Amino acid sequence: MAKPTTPRAASAKAKAAAPAAAGADHNRPRPETPTDYKASKEELLEFYRQMVLIRRFEEKAGQLYGLGFIGGFCHLYIGQEAVAVGIQSALKPGKDSVITGYRDHGHMLAYGIDPKVIMAELTGREAGISRGKGGSMHMFSVEHKFFGGHGIVGAQVSLGAGLGFAHKYNNDGGVCVAYFGDGAANQGQVYESFNMAELWKLPIIFVIENNQYAMGTSVNRASSEDQLYRRGESFRIPGIQVDGMDVLAVRGATEEALKWVQEGNGPILLEMKTYRYRGHSMSDPAKYRSREEVQAMRDKSDPIEGVKKYLIEAGVSEDEIKVIDQDIRKVVAEAADFAETSPEPELAELYTDVLVEQY
Amino acid sequence: MGIEIKMPALSPTMEEGTLAKWLVKEGDEVKSGDILAEIETDKATMEFEAVDEGKIGQIMIAEGTEGVKVGTVIATMAGEGGDAVAAPTAAPAAAAPKTDEAPKKAESGTSKLASEAKATVADPALPEGTEYVKTTVREALRDAMAEEMRKDERVFVMGEEVAEYQGAYKVTQGLLDEFGAKRVIDTPITEYGFAGIGAGAAMGGLRPVIEFMTFNFAMQAIDHIINSAAKTNYMSGGQMRCPIVFRGPNGAASRVGAQHSQNYGPWYAAVPGLIVIAPYDAADAKGLLKAAIRSTDPVVFLENELLYGRSFDVPKVDDYVLPIGKARIMRPGKDVTLVSYSIGVGLALDAAETLAAEGIDAEVIDLRTLRPLDTATVLESLKKTNRLVVVEEGWPTCSIASEIAAVVMEKGFDDLDAPVLRVTNEDVPLPYAANLEKAALIDAARVVEAAKKVCYK
Repeated sequence: MAKPTTPRAASAKAKAAAPAAAGADHNRPRPETPTDYKASKEELLEFYRQMVLIRRFEEKAGQLYGLGFIGGFCHLYIGQEAVAVGIQSALKPGKDSVITGYRDHGHMLAYGIDPKVIMAELTGREAGISRGKGGSMHMFSVEHKFFGGHGIVGAQVSLGAGLGFAHKYNNDGGVCVAYFGDGAANQGQVYESFNMAELWKLPIIFVIENNQYAMGTSVNRASSEDQLYRRGESFRIPGIQVDGMDVLAVRGATEEALKWVQEGNGPILLEMKTYRYRGHSMSDPAKYRSREEVQAMRDKSDPIEGVKKYLIEAGVSEDEIKVIDQDIRKVVAEAADFAETSPEPELAELYTDVLVEQY
Repeated sequence: MGIEIKMPALSPTMEEGTLAKWLVKEGDEVKSGDILAEIETDKATMEFEAVDEGKIGQIMIAEGTEGVKVGTVIATMAGEGGDAVAAPTAAPAAAAPKTDEAPKKAESGTSKLASEAKATVADPALPEGTEYVKTTVREALRDAMAEEMRKDERVFVMGEEVAEYQGAYKVTQGLLDEFGAKRVIDTPITEYGFAGIGAGAAMGGLRPVIEFMTFNFAMQAIDHIINSAAKTNYMSGGQMRCPIVFRGPNGAASRVGAQHSQNYGPWYAAVPGLIVIAPYDAADAKGLLKAAIRSTDPVVFLENELLYGRSFDVPKVDDYVLPIGKARIMRPGKDVTLVSYSIGVGLALDAAETLAAEGIDAEVIDLRTLRPLDTATVLESLKKTNRLVVVEEGWPTCSIASEIAAVVMEKGFDDLDAPVLRVTNEDVPLPYAANLEKAALIDAARVVEAAKKVCYK
């Protein structure tokens, strides 16, 4: 359940920390309890715009999949928009690096990468960001220091630790954010990476996007410790549980995490409690949860409705919001048109990019 | 009655060592557990301790003596009660302690793998009069890393025991001293994790050299080698690179059993997006490792533990870099082509010598790079000899030998006067027992036999 707000998560943390405090770690420094980010009206508008863009983009991707324009696996980000938008907004593109798993469309859109080249990748076209050779799960923008887009569950965590290693090696002041799901949180290499990241004080924020289900397996059926923010404790990596449905809570926690890492304390773990409305991939019958559960989440915790409320509190009119909505629909429709009509890669592309050099 | 204290074997592959220092002198009383001497192997300096009480009689081998063969009597000791059966053993015990039975040492299969054979053809790219320096494969690999690290700040070495221990097989010896802990990094025992960290660092712009203590352990990390490193450039449409070298010993070592004895050449050579290199001699080890570190592509660099201690001539030139993907004719010949790589090359050269005595003139090709495979050199040689044998220290099924046979069928069929034969290890996990290990591994005799068969002799 994605109920806890940031202050409540903090109290949960305090309780969780209590038994540990009996041990030798009593005096170990801990990050501050994060507070909700104080966003300006302009920032709120931008959060809203990006989150609506992700939602409409993903809905359109779902449609194109149904029409046969998109093949293979396609993992939609609907419901989780506040996580990518809240975190990405706190980073410096080109300086901080980001890596994630296969549910990657939202993170790319939050970078402001042209939706056309993302959608064209989903349809496997030459104009796609990976020239049509990567697909939904394998998209990258080295220019933005967005390192993918990885299809093997958990691999991005070790790779992310490597990106953090490079930041430290180059002393460039950058921080890596490695996103992974509650499913990946059970992979062994995650803990191998936690160990080395803390041992070497790598500048990395590990973000668990806990959307409650690893494919069809709920967290409590797969995790002996289902409070995933505690998963770093035995490596001395502090963890914070965050309401991943509230973009301001996400941004607030990211600010605190960045501060912790940038001060040279090593890694930190953020557990974003979130929810995916759609199936794991496109062919998921979703028998593992009830329609009522999904509907209740949409009604009570929808991240976009949440920002809308903040906007109205900030004095933004319904009409202004509608203008954004219409604008986004147009952007997404254009992206879809582009992705449907642009040409497939030349057949000669089959043989390019296998190796960089000629031997 | 005196006890003979003999030079112990302190590692599975040790045949001789240096008696670095005596810690006792003649007439000293020693107790079980007392350290008698320090012995330097090709891998490490080890303390050698007494197992029984007694008085040191005569010291037979002076300290500082190099090349003391395993089993040589190095001192005598008068045992308590005069006739106690006592023998010194090595410390730590885990390092295959050898008792006084050294002369009975079983001949293992790997001892026959090791050949001293050298190429009969010099590297034609080098100017005449180039000076050569005798160098072990181990030193050549270290020199390659050190030179590239001096040249390029982005290059770093990471792995288990690469820094303070100076390398599990001493390949990284001295690198920590020269380059410091930032660039020579000891990892926990966590292959999957550090292979991923290496691949991520490469994506982030660095030039990692990731050492696996042996490639057997890289199976824990193979996902990053293949899914993360090899496929990245393609999946990203050429946008994201992963310039990394995964290196370490590969293939059968000596008497270490099935889980520590496997040739992964064919595995990695099957994967598009990887470069796979498996050098034989020290010059190639150096020139190709330098090329591997400079490559923008991910490289799997397969070394061989049994070759680490072998010395070969390495040209004394400023920057010895060899081209990747080019095979080398090690010995020209006209009657039959023997194709091999890594440790098999020495056996092929030995076999060629034997064959020459019987009037068969064999050409020996060292593939050097397994991916991309230099099939042109192989086919060119076949045109001349019309007969071909592949020599591979590895399993036969889906092997480099199978691949060569297929390529020759497809592209050199008209040049064949006999079927291509494969000389490979037996199709079984490598056994421990010395006689079984010997039976499982290739040797020069089998190469000779196959070559004669294709020559119908």
